Amino acid sequence: MEQFLQQLASGLANGAIYACVALALVMIYVSTDHLNFAQGEMAMFSTYISWQLMNWGLSFWVAFILAVVFSFIMGVIIERAILRPLHNAPVLSVVVVFIGLLAICNSVAGAIWSYLIKEFPSPFPKSSFGIAGVIGPHQLGVVMVTLIVLALLFLFFRFTPLGLAMRAAAQNPQMARLVGVRVDWMLALGWGLAAAIGAVAGIMVAHIVYLDPNMMGGILLYAFASALVGGIGNPAGAVVGGFIVGVLENMVAFTGNQIEKATGIYIIGNGEKLSVALIIVIFVLTVKPAGLFGRVVVKRV
Amino acid sequence: MPSFPKKWTLIIVVLAVVIPLLQPLMPDLVSDYRLFLVTTMIIAAIAVLGLNLLTGFNGQISLGHGAFYAVGAYVAAILMDQLNVPYYATLPFAAMICFIVGYLFGLPALKLEGHYLALATFALALAVPQILKYKWLEGLTGGVQGIVLSKPEAPFGLPLSEDQWLYYYCLIVMIVLFWAANNILNSRSGRAMMAIRDYRIAADTMGIDTALYKTVTFGISAAYTGIAGALSASAIAFVAPDSFNFFLSIKFLIGLVVGGVGSLAGSVVGGIFYVLVDNSAQALSTFVKNDLGLQFDLSAYTVFGILLIVLMYLMPMGIVGGVYILVRRLQRAGRGAIGTTPAMVAQSRPTRPAEAGKGH
Repeated sequence: MEQFLQQLASGLANGAIYACVALALVMIYVSTDHLNFAQGEMAMFSTYISWQLMNWGLSFWVAFILAVVFSFIMGVIIERAILRPLHNAPVLSVVVVFIGLLAICNSVAGAIWSYLIKEFPSPFPKSSFGIAGVIGPHQLGVVMVTLIVLALLFLFFRFTPLGLAMRAAAQNPQMARLVGVRVDWMLALGWGLAAAIGAVAGIMVAHIVYLDPNMMGGILLYAFASALVGGIGNPAGAVVGGFIVGVLENMVAFTGNQIEKATGIYIIGNGEKLSVALIIVIFVLTVKPAGLFGRVVVKRV
Repeated sequence: MPSFPKKWTLIIVVLAVVIPLLQPLMPDLVSDYRLFLVTTMIIAAIAVLGLNLLTGFNGQISLGHGAFYAVGAYVAAILMDQLNVPYYATLPFAAMICFIVGYLFGLPALKLEGHYLALATFALALAVPQILKYKWLEGLTGGVQGIVLSKPEAPFGLPLSEDQWLYYYCLIVMIVLFWAANNILNSRSGRAMMAIRDYRIAADTMGIDTALYKTVTFGISAAYTGIAGALSASAIAFVAPDSFNFFLSIKFLIGLVVGGVGSLAGSVVGGIFYVLVDNSAQALSTFVKNDLGLQFDLSAYTVFGILLIVLMYLMPMGIVGGVYILVRRLQRAGRGAIGTTPAMVAQSRPTRPAEAGKGH
């Protein structure tokens, strides 16, 4: 039972990370209809920035905030400089540009900081935090940070004029433009926010998976799965999906371990995590493309 | 884009056959190492052709062709390792199994378009190394260790070195495959494939069985890439799961985009290109470090990434498409384009194959 609770808790902590990255993906998707394949690598790059700042002697939270701000600016610049001209380009061009970004982020991070795996500190105090034996301090901290980020985002989009303008630009660009919203800049801001949320996820997960240029590959895939489970156009769905997928992932591995212990037959374990994500992605896409909370899109031809 | 002139194809093939025989005359220029490099280019060209058949000619985006390459390589390696099948006999098996795998993957892909298909294949590409390491397959695949093979030797006592024979072997396979692809594309089926790319619903209305064509194209494309994988297993004489990572699929995509989407000649250019950049990465890195004085380990992927983005702006049709447009412009300038209105220029400009995959 205790093992089960442990797995559940660690699933929730992973789920929080997936929820963040999935939210970033959804933010870009709703405003531009693009799936950002470079989201994970952008987050990884931001995590390296925070690591570098800490290496220069800054404290964790200062480095955290600076890295998030840096990611925001990076996101805005990428949107303005690289993606803006491709606004009406065919899907293949957009996908290729994202893959290009992915390759650049990955190789540049490797070039600057080398491919050696680095330890990444946890900002949460070791003692008197978390519940002994069930949830560790870092896991609890990750979940809390995620919830804070989500709350802030909710408040921003619900109660500020800028948030309203951004929602308007995403929902109906033409009408938004008519009432004086600068849609172009709203899209760029959306990209910046997505990059910033991704950075939060990257910095939070780096303590768990260690820091290296390829650390986000699997996480991005799970985030895609989360976004799909929740319905790719629905931010709240992405968050719920993140937690569902996080728990599901751990439960699959846990069940596999239990079966192996009981019967001695290996079916599935930690080594098959990405395959599980692949199955979730293909299953959701083919069986229920709208996800749990998404709208069914009806196309006129 | 019109197909490559026949005369030139013939000349290139003759050169490709004759030049390696000049090794005794020019041992430095035609070294075994260079031949091996060209062999890897040939294999790359076949793999890129496979991707091109699917993405360039049928409009289904795949970011996961490394998976089919891996299946081909492993089928060949397992057959050679466990059943002692001769290397040349592994190709049909690799092609068949990859066709089946590709066809099966094409079934769910029928429901996906554009971004979503890219996502599903992206997931496939990421999961491949893990699937290859799956415990139950370890007896066949050798797990993390992979499988060590031996290089093929020249048959009938031909006086060829291993690398020379490998070169000719791959060249023959490549010529056959390109010839077959050319025939497929210039047939009724090929036109149906391209019609589906250009406007699926219209193709459907005209009576083309789009579901059948799309899945079969997926299978053929996977078979091509799988044959390339099988050739690479013989050429490198080693397969291991981690060499079939996501970046392998990216390389095929680079070959496709750089060479030319929807062009047979472009597949060759793309294959040559990515092997060249991949191999000169070390030289590039030292150049940046020593000559430019930057403390920066430039890797091939930085170059690839920048190229991918820049090409999308400057030459969305790849090198072959760019050259083709350039040649046409020069010809027109030579003729002294009197009375050519902008409308006529626009008309004569070929449609952008990058339109492939545009969800209609």
